[in-house]
Order: sequence, then C-alpha cells, then structure tokens
Amino acid sequence: MRIRAAAKEGVTEVRVLMSHVMETGQRKDSSGAVIPAHFITELTAKHNDKVVLSAQFGASVSTNPYLAFKFNGGAKGDKVAVSWVDNKGDSRTDEVQIS
Amino acid sequence: EAAWNKSAFDAKTLDTAMSAMGAGKPVESADVQITAPDIAENGAVVPVGVVSNLPNTEQISIMIEKNPNMLAATFDIPAGTLPDVQTRVKMGQTSDVYAVVKADGKYYMAKKEIKVTLGGCGG
Repeated sequence: MRIRAAAKEGVTEVRVLMSHVMETGQRKDSSGAVIPAHFITELTAKHNDKVVLSAQFGASVSTNPYLAFKFNGGAKGDKVAVSWVDNKGDSRTDEVQIS
Repeated sequence: EAAWNKSAFDAKTLDTAMSAMGAGKPVESADVQITAPDIAENGAVVPVGVVSNLPNTEQISIMIEKNPNMLAATFDIPAGTLPDVQTRVKMGQTSDVYAVVKADGKYYMAKKEIKVTLGGCGG
C-alpha cells in the first residue's frame, strides 16, 4: 500500500492507496459462475501508537481503495501505520514517517 | 474498536442498513457536507468526501442507495481526528449517496444525487 502523511500547520493529512481486488460477490465470470466476494473489511490507522482512524469497508468501496483523512498534531519523523484485514483473513500493515 | 457490522453491510434496503447501524431515521443536517461529482463518468471509481461540522462527530458512514449492498464504509473518528474523510466508491447506476454522521450520540445525514454514465458494479 502507498501511504503519504504530511504535517502542516498542526494538522497531519494522510492519504492511503491500498492494493486490493475488492470483489463484490455480485459479479459472474464468463461461465456464469459467481465470483466470490473478496474485500477489505476493517482498517486501522495509527499515529505512533495511538489510533487516529478506524474504518469498516463493504464491497462498494472501489478496487484498490483510496482513503484520505486528517488528524491534529503529528510531527516530521513520527510514524503513521495503516493496517487492513479482508473477509478472507488476509491482512497487511505498512508504515511511513510523516514528512 | 467495533467488529465488522455484518448485518449493516449485508442490508439490502436503506432502512435496514440504518437500523443495523443504530441510526434509526437520521435528521437531515446542513452541517454534513458531501463532496462528490454531480456526474460520474466511471461508476467504478467515484470520489466521495464527507465533512461534518457537527461538534463531537464520532462516526461518518457513506451509503449508496441503489447499490445491492448500500453501506460502503463507516469511519470511526476518535478525538483529535478531523471529521473529514475521502474515499472512492463503486456505483452501479445513478443514485442518491448518503452521508450519515453520529455526533454527540445522535444521527444526522445529508444526501446528494450522483448521475452515473457507466455503471461500476457489472461484469
């Protein structure tokens, strides 16, 4: 996943681009079989060790989900980590430093 | 941190989704703002942003009325995080998009119609 976190005037803006199929479970393949749902269900973002956002996603979130949010505080060099879990139990965590 | 709200995400009607979220019938509020295009050429990637100007905003949800599963996302906003989130959603057809905000324990909403030229849920 690509994460950008930038601090400006006391507010840190975080932008995240995840890599995930976000399959809805509504689509069929060329043989007419339903393609099973496969999507991110939960996401947590932390600034150092403090949770700054938690989210629940459904299958209506676009493929390769994008998320942007802002929190008060944050200084250059602080860590921002984003973790997600999907409906099949796969997970991923990535971390960046605030610029 | 709340567990994934299966009954809300599985809901097939706006009323069932609202009720599974505990939102009941939210009051329309001018303090909830949706930023999204009037017309989305590609329903597969429709940018939607929500800002709440209501004090003590705890949660923001995005719902797409005409999608098979209308609840797209719920964001829990802890103290210190701004009630200002942006994401991208799929839309199968032209629909009202709802932003549902929980602030001070009460639910509010705003809605905006987004016209979709090319649906993003087919296949």
